[in-house]
Amino acid sequence: MSAVFKNHPSDRRMKTRWWASRVAIYAALMTWAVICLFPIFWTITTSFKLAPDVMKGNLIPWWDFTPRWKGWESLGLSPRLIGEVSTVREEFLKRFWNSTVVALSASALAVVLGSLAAYGLSRFSFKFGFMRNSDISFFFLSQMILPPVVLALPFLVLYRSLDLLDSRVGLILLYTLMVLPIVIWIMRDQFEGIPVELEEAALVDGLGIWGAFIQIVLPIALPGMVAAFILSLVLCWNEYFFAALLTSTDAKTLPVMVASQTGSQGINWWSMAALSSAAILPLVVVAIFLEKYIIKGMAAGAVK
Amino acid sequence: MSTEGDLLHTVTADNISEARQRTGRWMVRASAALVVLLAVFQFAHETGRTDIGFATWRPVLYAYMLWATALCAAQVIINGEKGKRTLFVLPAALFVISLVIFPLLFAGYISFTDWNLASPDGPQPNGWDNMREMWNDGFYWNALKNMVYYVLAVSVEYVIAFGLALLLNAQIRARKFFRVVFLLPLMLSPVAVSWMIGKSMMEIRFGPISRLARELGWDNPSFFGSPEIARFMIMAMDAWTFIPFMMIMLLAGLQALPREVIEASKVDGASGWQSFKEVIFPLMLPVSVTAVVIRIIFKLKLADVIINVTSGGPGGATDSVTSFIFREYRDRSNVGYGTLLAMVYLVLIIIFVTLLLKLVSRWMERPA
Repeated sequence: MSAVFKNHPSDRRMKTRWWASRVAIYAALMTWAVICLFPIFWTITTSFKLAPDVMKGNLIPWWDFTPRWKGWESLGLSPRLIGEVSTVREEFLKRFWNSTVVALSASALAVVLGSLAAYGLSRFSFKFGFMRNSDISFFFLSQMILPPVVLALPFLVLYRSLDLLDSRVGLILLYTLMVLPIVIWIMRDQFEGIPVELEEAALVDGLGIWGAFIQIVLPIALPGMVAAFILSLVLCWNEYFFAALLTSTDAKTLPVMVASQTGSQGINWWSMAALSSAAILPLVVVAIFLEKYIIKGMAAGAVK
Repeated sequence: MSTEGDLLHTVTADNISEARQRTGRWMVRASAALVVLLAVFQFAHETGRTDIGFATWRPVLYAYMLWATALCAAQVIINGEKGKRTLFVLPAALFVISLVIFPLLFAGYISFTDWNLASPDGPQPNGWDNMREMWNDGFYWNALKNMVYYVLAVSVEYVIAFGLALLLNAQIRARKFFRVVFLLPLMLSPVAVSWMIGKSMMEIRFGPISRLARELGWDNPSFFGSPEIARFMIMAMDAWTFIPFMMIMLLAGLQALPREVIEASKVDGASGWQSFKEVIFPLMLPVSVTAVVIRIIFKLKLADVIINVTSGGPGGATDSVTSFIFREYRDRSNVGYGTLLAMVYLVLIIIFVTLLLKLVSRWMERPA
């Protein structure tokens, strides 16, 4: 490469190549951003459309259609109806509440159980029968490959005889089981990054192992726990398969409600759009504000 | 994680009296006896041998939980300091064992029965009938074949995800904005996605994608009419949701790469493509393998989108094993046959994943 001076032909060539690569990179980024955002945009705007707007394929609010509250009215969630009693809204809020309770409790339970197990496995050596530490870890992580469908039907029968069918507790137990391997995977990685010397110092100072765990290790591992919690929350909130099989009236969650609206008598565009928007919005907000933790959680274990 | 021996050493002079140990053992035994007693009692009631009994098996569950608690407490009571260590792992282990192993054994039993939940007869053991039925069930084999296609689609997802990760790792402005935007599809519930995209955007008359297709000259866009296109659409929707997942893992890998090596390759005169092919890609291999393997594992559970968009149609072309079993149960409410199909699927998955991991570890050991 010859010496690079300003406006020298080789400099110009470099510059055009640099600009070309910039343009290509941003074009690619923008394209994918549109692919990611358009369905969300479409759903949210459709919830404010009337039938003719949908038919005509109007896209941009205030530009080619006037937003109306029609979709949200069908959920009883528009400014006009918010003060009135509405059975639809109650139904919706009940589902929403079910989803919230189930997702939060299952994630919390999974994080507690998973953190304890991960800490134990990263610090002490165990021997349960023939199982040593690596076997126990493998046992936990191998639950990840268990497809839900294998457990679904036996649980249907078991829950029926345990009277747990259509109950939140039943769902919470299953969801905890479902996310536990992921939590253990993330937390093991976290605890291995914390130097043992910290706990040794705490032990010397007179704390027990549980004291050292709760007072010294947990505060350090907290970001990891938040990451694991949020990741579990996402998975539990979106879970459909078990909920569809195991709930019918009382404990039905939001995804089941969304799914059950799609059948029969044609599609009710605006109300479906409103319902879908309501189902995805909480997690979209989580993604925007807690993105750091989600990425941290997923990156854990990928990089050793 | 192959450390044997404690990382965190504790030296304790535990002095556990004989009486304390006896109390601990007694607690476990008594609660276990209670479980067995209640279970036998309830079984007798269920089969009609005694009239007294509970309406459901709930009390047995409570007794079981009491036993589990007693078992955990007894660890400390009997073993002292060593028991406190066991207490870290035991609750999770008990939880998983009671929610997986026991139901799996139960599944093993019901998969050899003819059990229609709608009929009052209860399980009717029928030997190998379910197996024979499965053997002749074209739809099940078809669903398995589809799973092969779905798993193969992971390779395309991987390429796109790697590309996006490289883009995000480049020198760009507003990186955080793009990262959040690219992450969003993963947050959405597959059910909502199947409505948003599958049912509304691909709606033949008004959906924006159909409009676009018509603009581009496809006169009669029908996305779920022919088997190949329908399968491709399902793949695309699933990919849309899960590409961010691989992308984030790969991005983390890219950010952890040693800068010096890449710079050294630049100094040595490697072009962008060369440094990608010769340096970045080989260094990323472990992360890529992890991402792909986890993605495949998730892919094997694929069902939600299929159930909600095509319910397996047209003619079973988009069925995954899970959605097929789901429908099988919905239509005939036969638990026995569905469970057998699921168990066979589980065995196949275990074989497949084990082989995959073996292959991967052998391949990774080979000097690049």
